[in-house]
Amino acid sequence: MIRARRLGKRFGDKRVLRGVDLDVDRGAFAVVTGPNGSGKTTLLRLCAGLALPSEGELAVDVPRGRIGFLAHEPLVYRELSAIENLELYGRLYRVPERRERIGMLLERYGLWDVRRDRVSSYSRGMTQRLALCRVLLHEPELLVLDEPYTALDAAGAELLDAQFAEMRGERTLVVSTHDPARVEPLATTRLALA
Amino acid sequence: MVSVHRSHRVSLPALATASLVLVTLALALVFFVVPNDADQGFSQRIFYFHVSIAFTAYACFAGGAWKALVHLWKRDPRADLESYVAVHQGVIFGALVLITGSIWAKISWGHWWLWSEDQLVLFLVLFLFYCAYFMLRYSVDAGPQRANFSAVYALFGVVLIPVSFLAIRIAKSFIHPVVFTRSGPNFGGWMLAAYCVAQVAVLVLAYTLYRIELAGKRIDLRLRELRLA
Amino acid sequence: MSYAADVGALARKDLLLELRARDTLPAMLLFVVATFVVFHFALPAHSSELAASGLLWVAIVFTALLGLGRAFVPEREQGVLDGLVLAPCDRSAIWLAKGIATFAFLAAAEVVALPVFALFFHGLRGSTVAGVALADVGICAVGTFLGAMAVATRARDLLLPLLFLPLAIPIVVGGVGASVVASPGRYLGFLGLYDVLFGALCWASFEYVVTE
Repeated sequence: MIRARRLGKRFGDKRVLRGVDLDVDRGAFAVVTGPNGSGKTTLLRLCAGLALPSEGELAVDVPRGRIGFLAHEPLVYRELSAIENLELYGRLYRVPERRERIGMLLERYGLWDVRRDRVSSYSRGMTQRLALCRVLLHEPELLVLDEPYTALDAAGAELLDAQFAEMRGERTLVVSTHDPARVEPLATTRLALA
Repeated sequence: MVSVHRSHRVSLPALATASLVLVTLALALVFFVVPNDADQGFSQRIFYFHVSIAFTAYACFAGGAWKALVHLWKRDPRADLESYVAVHQGVIFGALVLITGSIWAKISWGHWWLWSEDQLVLFLVLFLFYCAYFMLRYSVDAGPQRANFSAVYALFGVVLIPVSFLAIRIAKSFIHPVVFTRSGPNFGGWMLAAYCVAQVAVLVLAYTLYRIELAGKRIDLRLRELRLA
Repeated sequence: MSYAADVGALARKDLLLELRARDTLPAMLLFVVATFVVFHFALPAHSSELAASGLLWVAIVFTALLGLGRAFVPEREQGVLDGLVLAPCDRSAIWLAKGIATFAFLAAAEVVALPVFALFFHGLRGSTVAGVALADVGICAVGTFLGAMAVATRARDLLLPLLFLPLAIPIVVGGVGASVVASPGRYLGFLGLYDVLFGALCWASFEYVVTE
């Protein structure tokens, strides 16, 4: 599904990634680790299609609408409510049975009661949960998640663990993390960036 | 690393020589051979260069826009730099248009600036536009985003040229500038020859400067790449 | 017609954001009326009535700039633009939706500003209003496009006026012509031409402003 050979990325004078090889098959769970500044975020952005490689090759077999990307930022509008944000993304991704799906996700991630409140009133953990809802909304084939456990409390982290267990084998995941031990049992592919 | 070197058919030394020869020839023709203009006398001679430089500036902007299109369309890694250098040359020659035009205006009509001269006003607008191009470029870090922004803005510039010209023309009916009449030059024999030589000379000069600047910038780029490796 | 649906969803979002924040539109209104008052003091006693019409266009362009600078701020500040770019919709829909929303705000400001202008400066021609409508299309099309670029740079709100004003000169020419000349048809046609040419250019090239 994802195939990278000698992948490199630089921004002007700064080289961020160099000589990366990666193979992720359908249904795999790839875990990307590395210290700060090693280019994990850049690699994930390349996989999601938000950036183009400077060198090497990258082939991602999934069309844009079937990819779900969780960035460092939650990618939601702070002045809109959870429901308004998900409505927008639901329309853009042409999610079938939009209302039901949004309701189901909000409930599952414990945001149903605050669904009409502005995101600016949420805690960081709640915003992260909303970001997860956004990523899962259109049931993507490929999920690219940049440090998804960030800011999640114990309950939130458990929800995510459960979600991963559910998707295992059916969806393809590329996850970067500071805490590899947590996802280690599920990992089928591992990549450590220097 | 994809090489940003593009081999050119005409070598730089040959171009430089050609420039030197042509410009000298043009200067000789314009200042010594061509007869005096009936209306304006000696001062009109600067016009041969003023018009040539203006046309060359348009050619530079058009060339910059073309390379910009190549960059966006074909993702050619060399095109961004070529577009930038072409626009840079265009601005330099554009500034020369303003200067030569101003000198001509002072000598002929006694004013350093004439709003009635369409070409001059057009170049003023374009000069402002392309200076903003450089501000845009300097305000973004080097990388694919800067290249895209520059390319798109260069395309806006080339559409602005005819639109602005039309605007300046139609603005005349409510701005009512003092109209200075000038009879068109009678392009007899030597005048036409002098104009043609001047035009070719300035174009070749512009292309030579373009190649020189491009070569310099490419070396710069290559040096930075080697440092990164 | 999913393109239209995308534009609709995005425009709805933009209008919603402004209604929540409620800061851009009031600021534009206040700014434009204050500018008119400044004009009164800036026009010496024997200026023609037409001079005021000309200055109207200056006011419109600078009021628009005020609003345009804010257009893409939520997207860039919160990084949400990535979220929109990832969606399967055509990227030009992002520009079009934002342009439509900005047009709505500008028009709302003008609905108040133009009568105020007529009050202060004795009258307003029909052709002026037509000119304003046509000019608004061009201003919003080009302005939102440039706003998306400006907000991604270091200089941000310093840069937008520099990028925009040379491109606004033809709009001012068209607008002033439509306001003062006896037969304004030519100028209105010119404004239409500007809108079509630059609108098409913006539509075709917005993709490259938000992607690599």
